[in-house]
Amino acid sequence: MVEIILFWLFSILGIAGAVGLIFNRNPIYAALSLIINFFSIAGLYLSLRAEFLAVIQILVYAGAIMVLFLFVIMLLNLQTEEKAEKFDAKRGIAFLFGLAFAAEMIYALRSFASEGQTPLAAQFDYGQVEPIGRSLMTSFLFPFEMISVVLLAALIGAIVVARKHTYT
Amino acid sequence: MAYVGYSLILILLVLAFLILGAAYSVWLERKVSARMQQRKGPNRVGPFGLLQPLADVLKLLIKEDIVPSAADKPTHFIAPVIAVTVALITLAVTPFAKVAMPFTEGTGGWLVIANVNIGILYVLAVTSISVYGVTLAGWSSNSKYPLLGGLRSSAQMISYELAMGLAVVSVVLLTNARFSGESGYLTPGAIVEAQRGAWNIFVNPIGFFVFVVCAFAEANRAPFDLVEAEQELVGGFHTEYSSMKFALFFLAEYIHIIVGSTMITTLFLGGYLGPFEGLIGVAAWPAWAQVLWGLGWFSVKTVFFVFTFVWVRWTLPRFKYNQLMDFGWKRFLPISLANLMIIAAGVALYIAYFSGQA
Repeated sequence: MVEIILFWLFSILGIAGAVGLIFNRNPIYAALSLIINFFSIAGLYLSLRAEFLAVIQILVYAGAIMVLFLFVIMLLNLQTEEKAEKFDAKRGIAFLFGLAFAAEMIYALRSFASEGQTPLAAQFDYGQVEPIGRSLMTSFLFPFEMISVVLLAALIGAIVVARKHTYT
Repeated sequence: MAYVGYSLILILLVLAFLILGAAYSVWLERKVSARMQQRKGPNRVGPFGLLQPLADVLKLLIKEDIVPSAADKPTHFIAPVIAVTVALITLAVTPFAKVAMPFTEGTGGWLVIANVNIGILYVLAVTSISVYGVTLAGWSSNSKYPLLGGLRSSAQMISYELAMGLAVVSVVLLTNARFSGESGYLTPGAIVEAQRGAWNIFVNPIGFFVFVVCAFAEANRAPFDLVEAEQELVGGFHTEYSSMKFALFFLAEYIHIIVGSTMITTLFLGGYLGPFEGLIGVAAWPAWAQVLWGLGWFSVKTVFFVFTFVWVRWTLPRFKYNQLMDFGWKRFLPISLANLMIIAAGVALYIAYFSGQA
């Protein structure tokens, strides 16, 4: 019973946060809505007994990435957007794709629910430290290393773009 | 269900002690700084000025609360709330003693509010979100100096969090080595238990040093108090705050000092463990004596570090901003990484040679 109440609470909060992110004209409020969304998702992880995922969600996304976002927004002193942009062809196509994706997700979730399967959380302790660490260091070692190389490339790219050409 | 009841009582006790402790840390700071400057410090209200904190709180409560008209009101209101809440919740996973008594059955024998299996990560996560109070306060005031203070705060937090996290990882590695490679020892309780016989400050002195410096930086204390550098930024992020809202920031700062001290104690100084516990046979004592013994040592170590926070503030001058960043990224991060590698190698050797037969 408590779990169901918590599920609805976190789901509604999470969706409210996501909606707030998109519709807030004020960039700081948009960022804060996203933080609410992160916390709700962490709450959902907790109710699935995935404590490690929940804490990492807060530690990495809310604690590091969003702090950087806020930093940049404050540093550039972004003002409130005056008006929404016009609805043009590019946005129309994006809207269509988004709709298709949403329909796909709903279809997938419905079929999952109708088969009456037990949730993943009940099957494994997949959200704990040990299973994640073990699978990252054994079966997913290569993708794991590849991701770090990709991130390094992105980092170097950012530095190259940002750096002034003083000596080349 | 009884476990929840004990936890609630413990929560109330911890909150009361934190808030009182913060008030008396202010008193301690004023007394110590006065001594260091050959003054007397507060000595009018009560014996040795001991009632000074109460007088201060009363004064702050009845002051007028001014909100700047250009401020962003909701954020301006919520920033001090975030600062205090986040500071208060960190102690939820800190063990204060270990003893077999009815009220510790639900928590694996530790006198702790919640024995979570990712405890130490919880502490890091809470520390990482504590920056929002300061940052939002700076932004919502809609004024130049607070904004600069908030910006400095977020940059400083991100820079020092990395080195701090790596120091914590080295402690976790040592904990797992002590329990011969079994897994799942991320609870602060297990980290303390692993220090039976040799505290981490002796095993891992570099990690201790890095963690202490980072704890100073995360608490925004001198020599890292660029967030509220009076000479440069008037009052920093809380320039536009008055009355009880200012008091909340003040409270949060001192709670951070206490919480930082408890973390240093738990991770590196053996938490509730006293020296030579094995020799004097503490384990055979009655339960109430063990609880007092554990709480006593925990308090002594914590108070010592609160004193150290004060001591350092009135001894060292503040860093310049570029020095602060250089220090975080070019000194502490490499030192912490190297220390982690050395510890990891040591742990691997230890497991291979001493518990490899198992």
